[in-house]
Amino acid sequence: MKTKKNKLAGLQKRKAIAGYLFIAPFIIGFLVFMVKPFFQSLYMSFCNVELGSSAFNETWVGIVNYKQAFLVDPEFNRLLVEEIARMIVYSLAIIVFSFFVSLILNQKFKGRALVRAVFFLPVILSSGVIIGLESDNQLMATLAQQIETTTTGVSITDGIEQILTTAGVGTRAFEKVFEVIDNIYDVAIASGIQIIIFLSGLQTIPASMYEAADIEGCTKWESLWKITFPMISSLFLVNWIYTVIDFCMRSDNAVIEKIQKVMIDQLSYGPASAMSWVYFVIILAFVGITSGLISKGVYYYE
Amino acid sequence: MNKTKVKTFDNFWERNRKSGGYLLRKKIMEIGVSVARFILLFGMCFLILQPILNKISVSFMTEQDLYNPIVISIPEHFTTANYKLAAELMTYSEALKNSFVISLTIAVLQIFVCTLVGYGFARFNFPFKKFWFACVILVILIPPQTISSSLHLHFKFFDILGLFKLIKGETLNLRGSILPYYLMSAGCMGLKNGLYIYMIRQFFRNIPADMEEAAYVDGCGTLKTFFRIMLPEAKPIITSCFLFSFVWQWTDGFYSKMFLGGTTLVSTSLARIVDSLGAYIQRITGVKTTISIAYSNCILATGTLMIIMPLIILYLFAQRQFVESISSTGIKM
Repeated sequence: MKTKKNKLAGLQKRKAIAGYLFIAPFIIGFLVFMVKPFFQSLYMSFCNVELGSSAFNETWVGIVNYKQAFLVDPEFNRLLVEEIARMIVYSLAIIVFSFFVSLILNQKFKGRALVRAVFFLPVILSSGVIIGLESDNQLMATLAQQIETTTTGVSITDGIEQILTTAGVGTRAFEKVFEVIDNIYDVAIASGIQIIIFLSGLQTIPASMYEAADIEGCTKWESLWKITFPMISSLFLVNWIYTVIDFCMRSDNAVIEKIQKVMIDQLSYGPASAMSWVYFVIILAFVGITSGLISKGVYYYE
Repeated sequence: MNKTKVKTFDNFWERNRKSGGYLLRKKIMEIGVSVARFILLFGMCFLILQPILNKISVSFMTEQDLYNPIVISIPEHFTTANYKLAAELMTYSEALKNSFVISLTIAVLQIFVCTLVGYGFARFNFPFKKFWFACVILVILIPPQTISSSLHLHFKFFDILGLFKLIKGETLNLRGSILPYYLMSAGCMGLKNGLYIYMIRQFFRNIPADMEEAAYVDGCGTLKTFFRIMLPEAKPIITSCFLFSFVWQWTDGFYSKMFLGGTTLVSTSLARIVDSLGAYIQRITGVKTTISIAYSNCILATGTLMIIMPLIILYLFAQRQFVESISSTGIKM
């Protein structure tokens, strides 16, 4: 006890107190609006919650809610698996796409500011409710279908798709790639922030490095993999985490929609909590494992 | 500039010959790259802008035009009736006012608190700092949906240490009022607040400590140093976090639906617009009819446009703040 006091004597102690005062709003908010609901919802997921007029009753029922989510509910398993598969594919696509775009946007050409502004536009416009409305816009869907049916045979992607699938090598993987290409709009509108993060990383790479490599006879392709890639590898980690989290919290996410439906429409808080906990634990494990793997490959320059 | 260009052109072939065709190849390569780049970027920009352009053209069409296969992007019967109807369905002026006031106040509150917290994390050393910062990361990682069911009940039967129950005999029902969300914002638990704390902390860490120390040496208190010295330095990041907060609050559906359900906001009224269209048509015709998909989508497009219009205007003016701030934080892990 005494040593601790000595450690934080005088100015340091005052600074520590000031620091705590500065972060006090966060601590209070965290305890009141995060920790309590967090554990309460964990508790609720093991309970049968009954709503009364002036209070609610929780009775411990064990893992019934989890059993219901996995074994009884007809949709939940399917939605969970589908959504996570979609998340993996799309997150990869978003990372690749934004890396590619930021490489292009890092070059000097006319109208660069304009293009950059356009790529960033979806961050502002396609957030919140709008993205959910966009995804089930049937007018556009029918329009697209019409165009597709009237222009059969002209589509280049279709042709390539056929060639590659008949080649018979890794058909399944190709299908996923085509799915992503068909939905390139979804990828493009979700990668605004990632592009900017990559761009900021690219701009910190000193030009002298490329110059030296160029003089030594390094091609552009080689310097991309030997200089650019390692130098911004830490940003891959940042972007990967951001993308996964962003994808999981989008309002048009099927699992989230399901949870909302169970909670607000059917007023069954217990099962809803159980479902959201399953989802949360899976995401957390996924983010933890993948970022652990990626961080092994990250190269730090300093 | 021009003169040098002419000069290079003059002896371009000669130089090309001397370099053994290297110069020509390089030049062709450069032009090829820029053409390919132009095509790519044009395509991708079009991809992003097309839905907006499409919405604009659809919003001026009459119902007749929607079914006309000849009409694709330029309406035959130009009309602004869609805007009037969408405005009526969304109670636009009221919703706009409410949304504006709420987004603005929430954004100010959130960013003020997040700046304090971010500064605290960046500049002070105190016990358990790592632990609390891990909590910030946790806040970023936890989907708000996980705790939403519990928060729902928390505010339905709101109580501080049993005080209200003691005085009034029952707990407060804060559902439907806007107070809970302000409380949450004051505690940094609003929409994406963990991210703002992280960004602001990152920015403060990059400011050299000398300035602050000079202020301390000159007898400036902690609070005064923060407001007079550090805050003006951090203007860019605060502006951009504020803009993000405003914009994301504007379009947010989740928190709005959960806490601000009683207030008409643009985001929630947009989400309901198709249903209100059905109710509206039923009211004026007296018959329960199903509205055609095309027409409801047309109204939806108009409503969406009306909602994003203020944001587009904001973006046009503040584009720089949005984009540059993220790069200026130098996010690294």
